[in-house]
Amino acid sequence: MSARRGDPPAAWRARLERRVLAPLARTGWRYRLWILFLVAVVAWAVFAYSRQLGRGLIVTGMRDRISWGLYIASFVFFIGISHAGTLLSAILRVSRATWQMSITRMAEFITVVALLVAGLFPFIDLGRPDRVFNLVRFGRWQSPLLWDIFAITTYLTGSLIYLLIPLVPDFALCRDRLGQEAPRWKRRFFRAAAVGWEGSPGQQWRLHRAMKIMAVLIIPIAVSVHTVVSWIFAMTLRVPFNSTVFGAYFVAGAIYSGIAAIILLMAVLRRVLHLEEYITRTQFVNLGYLLAALSGVMMYFNLSEYVTSGYKMEAGVAFQFRQLMTGSFAPLFWLYAFGGLLAPALVILFRRTRTIPGIITASVLVVVTMWIERYFLVVSGFRVPLMPYAPASYAPTWIEWSVLAGAFALFALIVSVVVKLLPVVSVWEVTEQEEWERPAEVVQERGWAPAAVSPSSGGEP
Amino acid sequence: MDTGVGPDGEAAEATGESRVPRRGFLRSLVAWGAGIAAVGVGVPEANALRQGTRAAGTAAAATGTRLRRWAMVIDLRRCDGCQAIDEPPRCTQACIQGHLAPEPMQWIEVYEAPLPGGGTQFIPSPCMQCQNPPCVNVCPVGATFSTPEGIVLVDQMRCIGCRICMEACPYDRRFFNWGSPPIPREAALTEYSAEHEVPAIRGTVMKCEFCPDLARGGRRPYCSQACPNGCIYYGDLEEDLATNGREVVRLSRFLSKNTAFRLKEELGTDPRVFYIPGYGQDVGRSPYRRGLKRILWPWRRVAAGSERWGR
Repeated sequence: MSARRGDPPAAWRARLERRVLAPLARTGWRYRLWILFLVAVVAWAVFAYSRQLGRGLIVTGMRDRISWGLYIASFVFFIGISHAGTLLSAILRVSRATWQMSITRMAEFITVVALLVAGLFPFIDLGRPDRVFNLVRFGRWQSPLLWDIFAITTYLTGSLIYLLIPLVPDFALCRDRLGQEAPRWKRRFFRAAAVGWEGSPGQQWRLHRAMKIMAVLIIPIAVSVHTVVSWIFAMTLRVPFNSTVFGAYFVAGAIYSGIAAIILLMAVLRRVLHLEEYITRTQFVNLGYLLAALSGVMMYFNLSEYVTSGYKMEAGVAFQFRQLMTGSFAPLFWLYAFGGLLAPALVILFRRTRTIPGIITASVLVVVTMWIERYFLVVSGFRVPLMPYAPASYAPTWIEWSVLAGAFALFALIVSVVVKLLPVVSVWEVTEQEEWERPAEVVQERGWAPAAVSPSSGGEP
Repeated sequence: MDTGVGPDGEAAEATGESRVPRRGFLRSLVAWGAGIAAVGVGVPEANALRQGTRAAGTAAAATGTRLRRWAMVIDLRRCDGCQAIDEPPRCTQACIQGHLAPEPMQWIEVYEAPLPGGGTQFIPSPCMQCQNPPCVNVCPVGATFSTPEGIVLVDQMRCIGCRICMEACPYDRRFFNWGSPPIPREAALTEYSAEHEVPAIRGTVMKCEFCPDLARGGRRPYCSQACPNGCIYYGDLEEDLATNGREVVRLSRFLSKNTAFRLKEELGTDPRVFYIPGYGQDVGRSPYRRGLKRILWPWRRVAAGSERWGR
């Protein structure tokens, strides 16, 4: 893990703490400028939304025939982004992988933020946001929208717990290490957030137990969330949505875009917070391999979907097939197929391009084209005529684009603010990992459970 | 919740047209006490309607009384899309005027569909009033609901405007008030009822409500009344009768004898709107004569602050 393995453990550890905790203490003018910019974009989106509130959804490009558009597509996209973080971290923890230790925190964090942003879209899309309370008063559990609400709130709660549990020892570290350099309110915050963590064997045991339980629990919850999101489409009789494969397809797409988003966040934070020593090529390449594997899964899903439907050319399905392959959505579809599925996989598979910049490029492609995929999936599905009428058209208005820009800005804003409140690298886990590996100088194939809390030394006090 | 005969029933009796023969059976509906005369205002009103219909259903089941099962038969052999009179389809026009429907909503819309052998047919399409309604299934707040009489209604006082019902409807028969609806100013004088969605409310979904309020008063829906060729029959599956205003038919035999079909039968939505295949041949239309005249919304003045939008 460490580039300078020759260092004495104490010096290595001190450097890690210094690096990770530094941003929590100091704030530069560049940071403030960045925050100001993000706040401005969010404010613009709020202004655009206020126009929508005042005049109704007529300010959007949606109409009766294409009655869902950019908002719902972005909802699906952000849910997808949220997907990989916790799921990835949980799967790797359960399977006792070790290479991801320095990025688990970011992965779990991205899940929470993306979910918060995603959850806004269905409400922005409502025609009567003033009646949102009807969902509580008259909520029908038979409606896929209610399933969404249950699934997303469960996932959000679970992800928050899963993010916060491993944070406790790090909050304690902040409480102990950050002296006068941090503002007073922050020191208070850390003291409260550390909930009296001393690192005693009993506390350690409970911490690891809770993490294990959450890691196992969160996996089915995560899978269920995107399945249920796909069901707001698949539970209808509309031609392209009326499909049993939708759940699995959406889950795969979610993990795919989610991994790419983790890579991007990792690249940015590594650069900005100078974490090059802890986030190395290993993390990029391993996540890159996962990305390439998921790209294969996505290609498979697309192939099985379009080959089976395109071969038979059933009415309605044929319209969908043509508009994607050669019709009005062809540019977006082929950009997605080649730029979003094939190109990233090739970039990662060839050794010459399997570099950190290469993998970052692949991730940018994936994130952008996965948004495009969500967009054309929703809009093209609605465009298939249900009755003998000419197909409708849809183009988002500046209001919808502004709200989308605001959503991205809000995402970046939450990330930027929270980065100042919690250590983005799990210091105690990375340290334990380092200490665990150090004596034998073996990097691979070691269990995740650190030596300090092996069953013999742990247990109830 | 009113279980007696609705006051609007008597009113309709008084004003109902008398030139139509043998309409007594529909008139008797009043006495049947469907018991859902909508009263009150706002959400309480809609709730009353909802509870009223439910109560009527339970009461009918308990006492063994029969309940109306409204149905519609559209005889495509007689629909020429109003080409002969050179007007926009009258069913749509009458529906718009009767319901003060905002532009561009056509609750009953006449589609021109190609025939497999060349030429076209006209298909007037109201809400199909599915008995397995996809829209009711997906509504998160129960704003759209089925009545015991088999009609699907929308309660715009409860609708949150999520539009998942529009996604779910396989017949594209739902409409949304994207902006402040362009309706005539007098619409504001009407008391809202889910059975007569006037006035339209911004940010909510609307559709054809099968005019059960008219039926209860012994009248056929606006579309059926307005059709110059009498191709829209309206009636009751329970009583097995339907009428287009000129003749009364025994519904089951009429459907079977004329090999009636329903749209998208394969979806299993079980609609209450039946079609008899044809292209207007009974009224002398050639299948190769194409084209419909554009629908007009005749309001000279619309409510202040309202806006128009397209499909």
